Amino acid sequence: MPEPRHEVRLSVNGALHVLSVPARRLLSDALRHDVGLTGTHVGCEHGVCGACTVLVDGRPVRSCLMFAVSAVDTEITTVEGLTNPDGTLGPVQQAFKECHGLQCGFCTPGFLTTITAGLRENPQPTRTEAREMIAGNLCRCTGYQNIVKAVERAAELS
Amino acid sequence: MTTKLMGSGVQRVEDDRFLRGNGRYVDDIGAGALHAAVLRSPHAHARVTDIDVSDVLDVEGVHLVWTYDDLSGAMAEPLPLLIPHPTLTHGRTQYALAKDEVNHVGEAIAFVVADDRYVAEDALGRIKVTYEFLTPVVGIDAARASEALVHDDVPGNVAARMAQENGDARAAIEAAPHRLELDLTIERSACTPMEGRGTVARWDPDVGRMTIWTSTQTATGVRAAVAAKLGLDLVQVDVITPDVGGGFGVKINHPWPEELLVPLAARALGRPVKFTEDRREHFISSAHERGQVHHIEVGFDDDGRMLGLNVEFWHDNGAYTPYGLIVPIVTSTQLLGPYKPVNYRVAFESLYTNTVMVTPYRGAGRPQGCFAMERTVDAIAAYLKKDRAEVRATNFIQPDEFPYEHGLVFQDGRPLTYDSGDYPASLQKLRELVGWDEFPAFREEMAAQGRRVGIGLACYVEGTGVGPYEGAHVHIETSGKVKVATGLTTQGQGHATVFAQLVADALGVRFEDVEVVTGDTRRMPYAVGTFASRAAVMSGSAIHLAAKRAREKALRIAAEALEASVEDLEIRDGVVSVRGTETSIDLGTVAVLSNPLRYAFDEASKAATQFSVGDPGKPPVADDDEPGLEGKDFYSPERATFASGMHAVIVETDPDTAEVRILKYAVVHDCGNLINPMIVEGQIHGGVAQGVGGALYERMVYDESGQLLNASFMDFLMPYASEVPENIDIDHLETPSPLNPLGIKGAGEAGVIPSAAVFAAAIEDAEGIPITAMPISPSELYALRKANS
Repeated sequence: MPEPRHEVRLSVNGALHVLSVPARRLLSDALRHDVGLTGTHVGCEHGVCGACTVLVDGRPVRSCLMFAVSAVDTEITTVEGLTNPDGTLGPVQQAFKECHGLQCGFCTPGFLTTITAGLRENPQPTRTEAREMIAGNLCRCTGYQNIVKAVERAAELS
Repeated sequence: MTTKLMGSGVQRVEDDRFLRGNGRYVDDIGAGALHAAVLRSPHAHARVTDIDVSDVLDVEGVHLVWTYDDLSGAMAEPLPLLIPHPTLTHGRTQYALAKDEVNHVGEAIAFVVADDRYVAEDALGRIKVTYEFLTPVVGIDAARASEALVHDDVPGNVAARMAQENGDARAAIEAAPHRLELDLTIERSACTPMEGRGTVARWDPDVGRMTIWTSTQTATGVRAAVAAKLGLDLVQVDVITPDVGGGFGVKINHPWPEELLVPLAARALGRPVKFTEDRREHFISSAHERGQVHHIEVGFDDDGRMLGLNVEFWHDNGAYTPYGLIVPIVTSTQLLGPYKPVNYRVAFESLYTNTVMVTPYRGAGRPQGCFAMERTVDAIAAYLKKDRAEVRATNFIQPDEFPYEHGLVFQDGRPLTYDSGDYPASLQKLRELVGWDEFPAFREEMAAQGRRVGIGLACYVEGTGVGPYEGAHVHIETSGKVKVATGLTTQGQGHATVFAQLVADALGVRFEDVEVVTGDTRRMPYAVGTFASRAAVMSGSAIHLAAKRAREKALRIAAEALEASVEDLEIRDGVVSVRGTETSIDLGTVAVLSNPLRYAFDEASKAATQFSVGDPGKPPVADDDEPGLEGKDFYSPERATFASGMHAVIVETDPDTAEVRILKYAVVHDCGNLINPMIVEGQIHGGVAQGVGGALYERMVYDESGQLLNASFMDFLMPYASEVPENIDIDHLETPSPLNPLGIKGAGEAGVIPSAAVFAAAIEDAEGIPITAMPISPSELYALRKANS
């Protein structure tokens, strides 16, 4: 029996996408494979690593723990939506570049979205708050040293 | 040359792409491809007596289901044993799909291809496998006891026995004024890159060509393996390494079953096929490392000078040995670190267990060796009541003793000969950086507040840049842009940046005009791979040499065009000019002139057509020349180069909870001349974080039936930002290697090597309890306190 599909209208980075997906399709898979925005990465599929973090109505959400059908009527921001309107790197992206805050780049999109939301909540974090801001995301390359610096630099740039 | 880029912390050219979400990792490729899923054994040791796949193709959207019986020819043979060794008398490798027997939880049994991964996993649920259970062998003790065997035809579960000796260690120990024995244990861990394995394959029947994108540390290795297994000629197979989301060693093993099954299915179905490993699969079907048990005997004099060292250890190689004995050989040789015990004997057994196989993980056996040696030196210091740093200094190889021959054979089959180093200088720097001499006062100050602190230090030497070779191709286009290819792969090290720095320097072009491609067999079919901290040394040297060749040719052509002599020319920012004059020519124009043309395709190329250039009395391309402005070269060193370093840590242990808090972490690092200090420091940061994980948090928890109980990021505790040191103080020493043109040594693994050793030392110092097993959790430390009180 063919799997029932649902029409889902997803608003991603300000653009509307109409998808037909099974109810079980994860938001991460829908973004990556149906919408074609592969910047959102999947590192564990159980909500621990944070690589798949996107902003849903401005709040960080693990897109591997959310179904695409649950994301209707929300505004989703992925890493592709973090650049400035003129196409230059947004402040968090720019800070990562300046501070060597990434190596393989796989976990990076989840850090960028998480920090973007974090700095909206706390625009001037202390060093300790900067560490706490990223303490739910895993990175296996950088040892976090330069990511913490990038949080502080992004606060300066924002 | 305008500004020399070697040694400068140039920002990475890769980052813009990654930061915009425009990286291309393997799962980002192949939109519309079919998806594969693998049925994996839920049992650690069993005979497979029946596999019923009769219902599977009834699932809508399923295209293919294979078991071992569907494989033929070379695909039905075991996977390659990549690195044979005479002492690996009982090497065993798995089949692409299990034949008759499974030997660890996670071993591949059946392979399904469907419209998407969801449907493919539905289909797996329909496969019925009948098992006859066998006794699982879990852990080194069980393997040694050999009451049960992993492989029926491997007596004692022993894959290999190997021994090396320099001098007569046992006699020297016997004759020494003092003797000690130690028993040490290191548990299993794993690389766990954020991106698991993955492969996409597309077969083009019109041209009979296979294109494979795979998340690997060796594109040429996968290419050769696929060609051999699928019965294709090498020229029919292209392997492209896309962006790789971390490797740390696990992706050097190849071919994984899926790296063969995916292209095979793509050819069978005539459609692109993709496999993306999930996290649980990565834990149970990729590879682990580290698990070893050591017994050490050492004899020493009143100063703590080692006179004889005899090490026996047992290495858990898991169910199979595709990567040969590299890990234990590295342990057995690199254990020596910066020291010269003179009389050294090492013997190991590599043992089968019904667990995930073992292949190199960053450090590749060195962390275990470093732990063994550094614990031994600490034990000597404690026995003699001497300063631990002093005992180390007493045993160091001295700067005037290089090249230093250990009288052993290294992992590359060549003599273990250190090229250069200055260990006393490193130790001095480390003492200052961590405040070694001030620590007793700090300890007293803390004790007065009821706080318990300890300090530890550990030294290592790392053979980097092993052979056999790497190559590079440097091509200057008519636009003046420089396209560089080297065959080894990249998984976050910033190769596109550091190699471009080298080319800009060697060729005299703008950094931003250089574009580097790695791991694409279409661009560089001869290569080995990225492992053993070898990329900078091997490909860096090859690129430097290839760029020099391109420069030579550019100067020759430019000299002719400018009617000047080569000695009077210089190249700056992509312009060749006669020194001290206005006369110049762009490298792009030189590229035009290098390729005599019959047909013009734009304004620039008109200059190279047959009525414009050339001596009508000579062939357009001289006998000893070839068209194009290119340089190609290979670098193949006689032996490895040896980087070194020392770490120190100050920890505080909680008197109640036994938690370990890091107060200070210091690193002195010597990888020869630095290409890009920013990137080297990033490598150290990452290595230290992995080391903290390995020392305090990460372990593979197998139960007695061979189930991996913590196969998720929920339960396998990788450090977050909250677990790593707040600061890592780094100081560099630059002792150039005499073995390569740039004087460089590798840096990739260094950060992780001394971690278990340095934390064990610091915790022991804080607690006054011998620490002989790592990692150590708060509950284990608590139990040790109880046992010792």
